[in-house]
Amino acid sequence: MTTTLAERTAAARPPAPATSDPVLQVSGVTLRFGGLVSLCEVDLTVRRGEIHAVIGPNGAGKTSLFNSLTGAYAPQEGQVLLRTDAGTEHSLLGRKPHHVNRLGVARTFQNIRLFSALTALENVKVAAESGTRSGPLGIMLGLPRAKAEERAAEGTARRLLALVGLDDRAEERADSLSYGDQRRLEIARALATGPRLLLLDEPAAGTNPTEKRELAALIRRINHELGISVLLIEHDMPLVTSVADRVTVLNFGKVIASGPPSEVQRDPAVVEAYLGTSDTDSRQGRTR
Amino acid sequence: MSTLNDTSAVTAVQVAHLPVSTASTASTASTASTASTVSFRPARPSAEALAALRGHRWYERPRWRRLCALTAVGVLLAVMTGEQGSGADLLFSLRTTFTGTALWAWIAAAVALWAIAEFGAVPRRAVASGARAAAAPLARIRPALDSSPRLRVALVVAGLAAAVLLPLLFDRSTNQVLVDWVGIYVLLALGLNVVIGWAGLLDLGFVAFFAIGSYSTAFWSGQLPVKPPFELNPFLSIPVAMVTCLLAGILLGAPTLRLRGDYLAIVTLGFHEIIYLIAKNAESVTGGSLGVFGIPHFSVDLGPLQYRWGLDPLDYLWLLIGLITVLVLLFRKLVRSKIGRTWEAIREDEVAAAAHGVDTVKYKLMAFAIGASTSGVAGAVYASKVGFINPENFPLLYSVLVLAYVIFGGMGSIPGVLLGAALLAYLPHGLKDVVDQKDRFMYLGALLVVMMIYRPQGLLPARRRRRTVRTREAS
Amino acid sequence: MTLLEFRDYLVPGLALGALYSVIAIGYTLVYGVLKLINFAHSEVFMLGGFGALIVLTEVAPGHPSGLVSVLLVLLGLVVSGLVGAGTAFGLEKVAYRPLRKRNAPALIFLISAIGASFFLYNLAGKLFGRDPKAMPALFDNGVLFHVLGAPVDVVKLLLIVAALAMIVGLDLLVRRTKLGSAIRAVAQDPEAAGLMGVDIDRIVSRTFVIGGVLGGIAGFLFGLNSQVSFTMGFIPGITAFAAAVLGGIGNLRGAMLGGMLLGLVETYNVPLFGEEWRYVAAFAVLVLVLMFRPTGILGAKLGRTA
Repeated sequence: MTTTLAERTAAARPPAPATSDPVLQVSGVTLRFGGLVSLCEVDLTVRRGEIHAVIGPNGAGKTSLFNSLTGAYAPQEGQVLLRTDAGTEHSLLGRKPHHVNRLGVARTFQNIRLFSALTALENVKVAAESGTRSGPLGIMLGLPRAKAEERAAEGTARRLLALVGLDDRAEERADSLSYGDQRRLEIARALATGPRLLLLDEPAAGTNPTEKRELAALIRRINHELGISVLLIEHDMPLVTSVADRVTVLNFGKVIASGPPSEVQRDPAVVEAYLGTSDTDSRQGRTR
Repeated sequence: MSTLNDTSAVTAVQVAHLPVSTASTASTASTASTASTVSFRPARPSAEALAALRGHRWYERPRWRRLCALTAVGVLLAVMTGEQGSGADLLFSLRTTFTGTALWAWIAAAVALWAIAEFGAVPRRAVASGARAAAAPLARIRPALDSSPRLRVALVVAGLAAAVLLPLLFDRSTNQVLVDWVGIYVLLALGLNVVIGWAGLLDLGFVAFFAIGSYSTAFWSGQLPVKPPFELNPFLSIPVAMVTCLLAGILLGAPTLRLRGDYLAIVTLGFHEIIYLIAKNAESVTGGSLGVFGIPHFSVDLGPLQYRWGLDPLDYLWLLIGLITVLVLLFRKLVRSKIGRTWEAIREDEVAAAAHGVDTVKYKLMAFAIGASTSGVAGAVYASKVGFINPENFPLLYSVLVLAYVIFGGMGSIPGVLLGAALLAYLPHGLKDVVDQKDRFMYLGALLVVMMIYRPQGLLPARRRRRTVRTREAS
Repeated sequence: MTLLEFRDYLVPGLALGALYSVIAIGYTLVYGVLKLINFAHSEVFMLGGFGALIVLTEVAPGHPSGLVSVLLVLLGLVVSGLVGAGTAFGLEKVAYRPLRKRNAPALIFLISAIGASFFLYNLAGKLFGRDPKAMPALFDNGVLFHVLGAPVDVVKLLLIVAALAMIVGLDLLVRRTKLGSAIRAVAQDPEAAGLMGVDIDRIVSRTFVIGGVLGGIAGFLFGLNSQVSFTMGFIPGITAFAAAVLGGIGNLRGAMLGGMLLGLVETYNVPLFGEEWRYVAAFAVLVLVLMFRPTGILGAKLGRTA
């Protein structure tokens, strides 16, 4: 995994144009907690090389969708297929989180979940090394492969920190970083596992306008330069319209619209979901 | 760097305490305001003043509560250090304590301590500055060590040389203690440190693996009622015991490590008890409570290289020092590698670790198995050294004993664990004329609680934990 | 095992099960509000036994009978309940509260609990002697009546009745009273309960006290049934914990069910495999349950699922 990423970063492949070839296909996913239906027959397709945004009011089921895709929740019905570059398909449902990650799906968390006592560099290294194979014996005996893997991970981690602009913070503890830096460190950590699909859960939450602009640029770079498809949950509409190729709108666990941002914004169902019946809802929908 | 923070934190605390002590003697408002002008800190009413404002009764105010607590501690200490109870008269111990003079001495000491802490500004300051002066060189040691690798190496070499050479000066019975109790238990603590200090798993059945290692050695030397297919050179039984315990650790850990931490604690406790009961009751396999006799000493017989470990404890002590040194070097490498980082990541946030491709169960199992096999090595050495084992060598108490050693020294810190285990393991023998052996576990239990309340990071905290604990406590 | 053996072991099994139920409730209650296993609960049980033993040894006449017996039993219940409550209260105050204030990680709590448990039981061993002691005779323990031809003596009947009374009382307390609903609220969501004006510290402390009363009385009853010693808490403690997990930790009715089941399993283990393997059953059940169904038979209910 790390080697493929190293190749990608080093070779800086030409911008991958969004194709119609799907990398992730979600069909009919239903998730219930007791009597509560959190997701109801959700269909969603992420095309290879695109940036796809999922929007929707609070409690619409966006994070539940992410948790279902990454193995944290087990939906009762439906299918989630991940298609590799070679065309083989993997079903993601019912797999353990680490297994989903190994297949090439990495994520960040809405409420930042860094390893707070580790340094920024170590945070990324842990992710970069999770796929490596050297075991405790090899490490204790100092076998060449263990050493080489460690060096490779160090290199990947430093490159990724540079990519997100944290190279000068590498030795600082994760919890001593600023909020915006922590968000970017989470992205670097997710990238270190060498994903083909990156799930970002509200990466712009709590960041200031400058940081938002930088974030938009970063997401585009990840998409273009590293050729990684991005699935993004975001409340900030300007950010969504500026980076997303397509948008899916969730409300009460159901998909109510899907398509390019400009089309979706005009969709009457979306307008109703956001403007809704009460005043407070609409204000939330717009400003967030 | 870190100690700089430490001392500044200490002075900050003292500054914060200053108005508290003076506020009650003078009027609250004026002292609070002078304190704020002197130290440029926002005026904060003292705890006493706050309690007064809230209308607490006098006995509910912090100062008197502290007196009550200290007196209670004094009484408790009097009870703890009192006479041994007798079988015939249930209240014998309590009655002698409460009618004796020692009780009043303890209470007087508690009250005196309280009075000095509350009212005696001069002696308190003298003690504080004296303690600071005494601690200053100590405080400088750690950063000096942290910054200079050469100093660290020199210290380690000196320590090792002392450990190897000093026993030559001791008498035989001291050396027996150093092997049977100190060396073996340092080895065990080193293994448990992997499990609890690095992987953060509470294993309360650690000594069960020690037992498995010992019994496996007994088995391969042909001394158990069940005979092995062929007898092994006792020296080879070390790796065999290691592998046996590794497998046992995996068998126990694989299904249970998915569970919450407190479940693991109780399952390992149960596991220890089952192993103990098997050793005791399955007479046709383990020899039952009579135990196993005649486990041979180690010997090496490789052409020109011949050596036979005998009755002299020194041989075994040096062997143990060698084993501990090798293990420390290996473990140090391990904890600084991806495995150590991943363990720490799992301790910090298991969900996030799994989401980044870490097979958390595998890593926990790894720690569990490494710990178990270390315990197995200790078991093999122990069995061969003493030549005679029975179930009473492996009671549940000893699992908690090792746990206390690790925690006292500092979870996750190799120097801490070595020092803590050596110190605590030797203590009962050093104090055997002063303190009743049977009270040992009582003091250990109290030590665990006190450590958890006041210094969970241990005597010599791990470098990372020093940071973690400080920032967490501060926030 | 013959049918006759089955019959003879039924009443002792039920009595032991009732006892385990009562102890298991103590674990489950504390787990409900704090989400941690109170390892030192077995010492609450042990000290309850000693409290009753000491007081009853002082007061009991040689051969009590009639009303005196009833009063002595009541005295034993009250004393052991008080001692248990006091121990649990002190335990919470000293070993848990400082850690809770600091928001310490679960590992620290567990170690503190184990330390407290060790301290208490070795202290008891030191103070009261290390050999087991029998409770003084409180009544003429004859056979009262027969169930299907199996004799039922006074101790067994007392055990079952007292345990049932406590279980029913606790169930009412948790379901019907204000304190009960506060306990349930804290178990479900401490943060929200705190915001709604529940004094969490007080509720936690009272939960410990309730569990302590039950544990202490169980210690007295256990002492009547066998003996009192400083190590007596260990096996019942682990077994009752296993019972709480078996029924679904945090679930009161589960704890009762689990306690009954394990009491029967342990008792029938004796005719099946022999006395020396008596206690292996509890550990084996515990390990198996945790492996295959960690949420227990009835699932966790008092709070959120672990």
